[in-house]
Amino acid sequence: MIDSASLLAVLPELILTAGGLILMLIAAYGGDATARIVNWLAVLTLAAAGLALSCSLAHGPDAFDGLVRADAFSVFAKALIYGAAAAAILLAPRYFSVGGVPRPEYPVLILFSSIGMGMMVSAGDLLTLYVGLEMQSLAAYVLASFMRQDERSSEAGLKYFVLGSLASGILLYGSALLYGFTGSTGFDGIAVALSEGVSKGELFGLVFVLAGLAFKISAVPFHMWTPDVYEGAPTPVTTFFASAPKVAAIGLTVRVAIEALGPAGLQWQQVVIFVALASILFGAVAAIGQTNIKRLMAYSSINNVGFALIGLATGTPAGAAATMSYMAIYVVMTIGGFACILQMRDAEGRPVETIASLAGLSRSRKGLAAALAIFMFSMAGIPPLFGFWAKFLVFDAAVAAGLTALAAFGIAMSVIGAFYYLKIIKTIYFDEPAAPYEARGGAVENVILTACAAVIVFGYFLNPLLDRASAAAAASLF
Amino acid sequence: MDGFPILSLMMAVPMAGAIACLFAGANQARWIALLATLADLALGVILWMNFDQSGGAAQWQFQEYAPIFGRFAWALGIDGIALLLIALTVFLMPICIGASWLAIEKRVQEYMAAFLFMEVLMIGVFTAQDLYLFYIMFEAGLIPMYLIIGIWGGADRIYASYKFFLYTLLGSVLMLIAMMWMVHEAGTTDIPTLMAYNFDPHIQTWLWLAFFASFAVKMPMWPVHTWLPDAHVQAPTAGSVILAGVLLKMGGYGFIRFSLPMFPEASAQLAPLVWGLSMVAVVYTSLVALVQSDMKKLIAYSSVAHMAIVTIGLFAFNQAGLEGAMMVMLGHGLVSGALFLCVGVIYDRLHTREINRYGGLSINMPRYAVLFMLFTMASVGLPGTSNFVGEFLSLMGIYQASSWVALVATTGIILGAAYMLYLYRRICYGEQKNADAAAMPDLSMRELWLLAPIAAAVLWMGVYPESFLAPMRPDIRALEARLAPAAPAGDSRIKLGAPKPVEDAHHEEATATSHEEASGEAH
Repeated sequence: MIDSASLLAVLPELILTAGGLILMLIAAYGGDATARIVNWLAVLTLAAAGLALSCSLAHGPDAFDGLVRADAFSVFAKALIYGAAAAAILLAPRYFSVGGVPRPEYPVLILFSSIGMGMMVSAGDLLTLYVGLEMQSLAAYVLASFMRQDERSSEAGLKYFVLGSLASGILLYGSALLYGFTGSTGFDGIAVALSEGVSKGELFGLVFVLAGLAFKISAVPFHMWTPDVYEGAPTPVTTFFASAPKVAAIGLTVRVAIEALGPAGLQWQQVVIFVALASILFGAVAAIGQTNIKRLMAYSSINNVGFALIGLATGTPAGAAATMSYMAIYVVMTIGGFACILQMRDAEGRPVETIASLAGLSRSRKGLAAALAIFMFSMAGIPPLFGFWAKFLVFDAAVAAGLTALAAFGIAMSVIGAFYYLKIIKTIYFDEPAAPYEARGGAVENVILTACAAVIVFGYFLNPLLDRASAAAAASLF
Repeated sequence: MDGFPILSLMMAVPMAGAIACLFAGANQARWIALLATLADLALGVILWMNFDQSGGAAQWQFQEYAPIFGRFAWALGIDGIALLLIALTVFLMPICIGASWLAIEKRVQEYMAAFLFMEVLMIGVFTAQDLYLFYIMFEAGLIPMYLIIGIWGGADRIYASYKFFLYTLLGSVLMLIAMMWMVHEAGTTDIPTLMAYNFDPHIQTWLWLAFFASFAVKMPMWPVHTWLPDAHVQAPTAGSVILAGVLLKMGGYGFIRFSLPMFPEASAQLAPLVWGLSMVAVVYTSLVALVQSDMKKLIAYSSVAHMAIVTIGLFAFNQAGLEGAMMVMLGHGLVSGALFLCVGVIYDRLHTREINRYGGLSINMPRYAVLFMLFTMASVGLPGTSNFVGEFLSLMGIYQASSWVALVATTGIILGAAYMLYLYRRICYGEQKNADAAAMPDLSMRELWLLAPIAAAVLWMGVYPESFLAPMRPDIRALEARLAPAAPAGDSRIKLGAPKPVEDAHHEEATATSHEEASGEAH
C-alpha cells in the first residue's frame, strides 16, 4: 500500500530520481556543450535532496511497511553522501577538460549512484539493500572507466565490475541463506529469528553477508580491487569512490550488523574485530612502499575503514556513533586531500600522480603545501587536527565497551600508519624542489580545499554538534 | 587579576604572532616573533607576581573553564609547579628567537611561526586542567618540532625528524588509551579531581605503565633515549635549546602531575624499575658522553644523565627529592639551553661541531670562555649555581629511600665533572691548533645579551633558591602527603627507640655522605 507518508519519507530519493532523469534528457539532447550547466544543476539537485532530508525525517522512521527506514541514522549518512557527491561533481570539470571536454554523463551517473547510496543506508530489508547496492555499483563501474580512451581507466572499470559482481553474488547468497533459515528478508524479522539462537545455516548466511559488505567497504581480506581501481579511475572519480560510497557501505554495514544481526552480536563481533585489525595493519604496511599518491590514498582508505570498524566492533550505541562520526571526519579529510591531489598538474596542466613530484611544494605553492600537510597530519591522527578526534572517538568507544586490548593494539598500529603520511610531508617540506606545478589551482578547488582545511583545523568547535547528531543517529538503530 | 583569563591570553599572544609571521616578510617575522615572545615574558612576570605563594591560597590559581568541546573542556589553571615551568618557557623563548636571528636565513616566516606555535603548545601543556586537553597539547608539539628539525636541521635531519616523531608518538598513544580508561572509571576529565581519585591498585600498575611509556620516552630515560642525541645534533641551535630546555621537562612534569599523584601505589611498587633505569642512565650515558667527539651529542647525553637525576628525585617520595627534581629540571633547562647556545655561537663561526677543530678559544674569545666556564660549572653542579641545589636535594631525597641508588647516582656527578671539564679543556684551553678557529671573533652584543640573562638566572637560582622553592612548596607538600601512605620504606632509616650511639653513627654517616658529594662536585 503506497501512502503519502511513505512517499514523503523517500522525498530525497524522489528528487534525485526526477533530477537525474531530467538532466539525462538534457545531456542526451544538448550533447557535451551542456556539461557545465548539467554539473551545476546536479549539485543543485543534491542540495535540494539534502534539504528534503528534514521532511523525510518528519515522516519516518518506517516507510513502505519497513522496506525503507527514514530515521536519524539514514539522514546523518545521507547528508554526508550528498555532500561528498556534490564535491566530487564540483571537482571534476577541470580534470576532464584537459585533453578533451567534460561530459554531462558524469554528474548524472553520480546522481544515480547517490540514489543507490541513499537506499543502502535507509534499507530495512535485504531486498532494498541489494537493489540500492547494485544501483550504486552499476553507476560506479561506468564511472571507473569514464576515461574510456585511457587504458588504465578501462582496466579499472573492468576489474571493479568483475570483482564487484563476485561480491554481489556472495552477498546475495548470504541473503538467501538468511532468508531461508530465518524466514524473513526484513531486518526486524531476521533479528527476531536470530534472537532465538543462531543456527549453523544462519551463521553461514551472516558470514557471507558480511563478506559481501567487506568487499564494498574494501576491508581486508576483500580489499584487492581498491588500489588498482583507485589508481586507474580518473581522479575525480577516485575522490568520489573514497568518500560517498564508503560512507554508504559503512552505514549499510552498521545498520545490517545492528538492526538485522544484532542478536548474533557475539558471532559477528569476532569477524568485525578481525577485519578491522587486518585492515589497519595491512593498510598501514602496504602503503609505505607506494610511489603513486592515488594508490597511497587507496591503502589509506583501507586503513581508515579498519579504524571506523573498531567502533562497530563494540556493538554499543556509542560505538556506532563513533563509527559514523569517524566517517564524517574521514570524508572531509579525503575530499580535502583529493582536492589537493587534483591540483597536482605540471606546467602544461596535465595531471601528475607521483609522490616524488610533490618535492619542495612548500616553496612553490605554499598554500597548497600547507593544506596537504594539514590533511596528512590529520589522517595520521595527530592532534590538534580533527583527524585525531575521529580516532579518539572509536578508541574511546572500544575502551568503554571493555575492548581495551583491541584499542591498545589498534592505536599502536596507527603509529605505523603515521609513517607514510609523514613521508608525504617530508617530501613536501624537506626535499629539494622538483619541477614546479601549475602556478595556481581552480577557484572551485581552492574553495573546497579551504573549507575542508578549516573544518580540520577548527573542527573541535563542531564537537557538540557532531556528538549530538551521531548519538541521535546511533540511537535510532537500537 | 580575578577572572581575567591571563593564561588564555598567554597562549593567544604567540598564536596571533604565529599567524602574523606567516603573512609577513622575513625581517618583519623576526620582529613579530621577538615582540610576541617578549610580551609573553612580560605576561609571565605578571603571572608570577600575582601568584599567591602564601600557601594559604587555593592550590589551583588563575582557573578558567569553558566547556566548548563537547567531551572535554577548555580548562586551564596552574599551581606552583606549573608556574615555574611556564616561567622557564617564556624566559627561554625570546632567547631562542634571538639565537635564530641570523642563523636562520631560509624560510624565516615559517620558522618563526613554528616556534611561536610551539610556545602556545608548551604553555598549554603546563596549564591544561583537562586530561584530553593536556593530551592534545602534549601531542600537538610533535608537528612544529618535526618541521623545525626536518626543514632547518643539519645534514642527517630527515632521519632524525622521523625518529623523533615516531618514537614519541608510539610512547604517547598508549597513554591515551589509559586516559580513556581513567575517564570512564572516574567519570571526569578534570585533572585535579583525578589527582585525588583512588584507582584500584591492580589497575594502577597498567595505567602507570601506559603513562610511563609516554613520559619515559619524552624524558628521555635509558634505554628509550636514543632519539634525543639524533634530534639534538640535527636540530638548529634554537631547536636544541627548546628541546632540552622545555620539551624534556614535559616528561618530568608528566610524572609529577600524573604518575605520582594519580597512581601512588603503582609508583611505589614500580619505583625500583625507575631507580634501576635511572642508575644505568646516570653511569652509562655519562660514560658515553665522555667519548663523544661532537659537542652537541655530548651535551645531549649529559641531558639524559641529568634527567635521570630528576627521575631519581621524583621517585624518592619525599619533599627533598621532589623539590630537588623540580630544581634540576629548572636548572637543567637553563644550563643545557645555555650550553647549546654556546655551541651555536662557535658553530655559527666555523660550521662544525667537531670538538677537535677548536682549541684555545680563551685566547681569542675571552668573554665567551668566561660564560662557557660558568655554564660548564653549573652543569657539573658547582655550589652557587642552579644545578647544585637541585642535585643536592634530589640525592638527599633518594638517600632516605635507598642508599644504594644514592651511591650510584652520586657517581654521576663525578662523571659529569669529568666529561664537562674535558669538553671545556679541549675547546677553550690548550694550544690553538687551527688558524680559522683562532681567528674567530668574540661574542657579539646580540650573543652576549642572549647568554647574560641565563647566566644571571643560573646564579640567582644557585645563591637564593628560595625564590623558586617558595611557589611550589605547598604543592610539593600536598603531593608528599598524597604519596605518604604508599611510599616505600627507606633502607637507611634507623629504627626509632634504638640506643643513642646508633643515632650518632647515623648522623656521622649522613654527614660523611654529604661531604663525599660536595667533594665530588668540587672536582
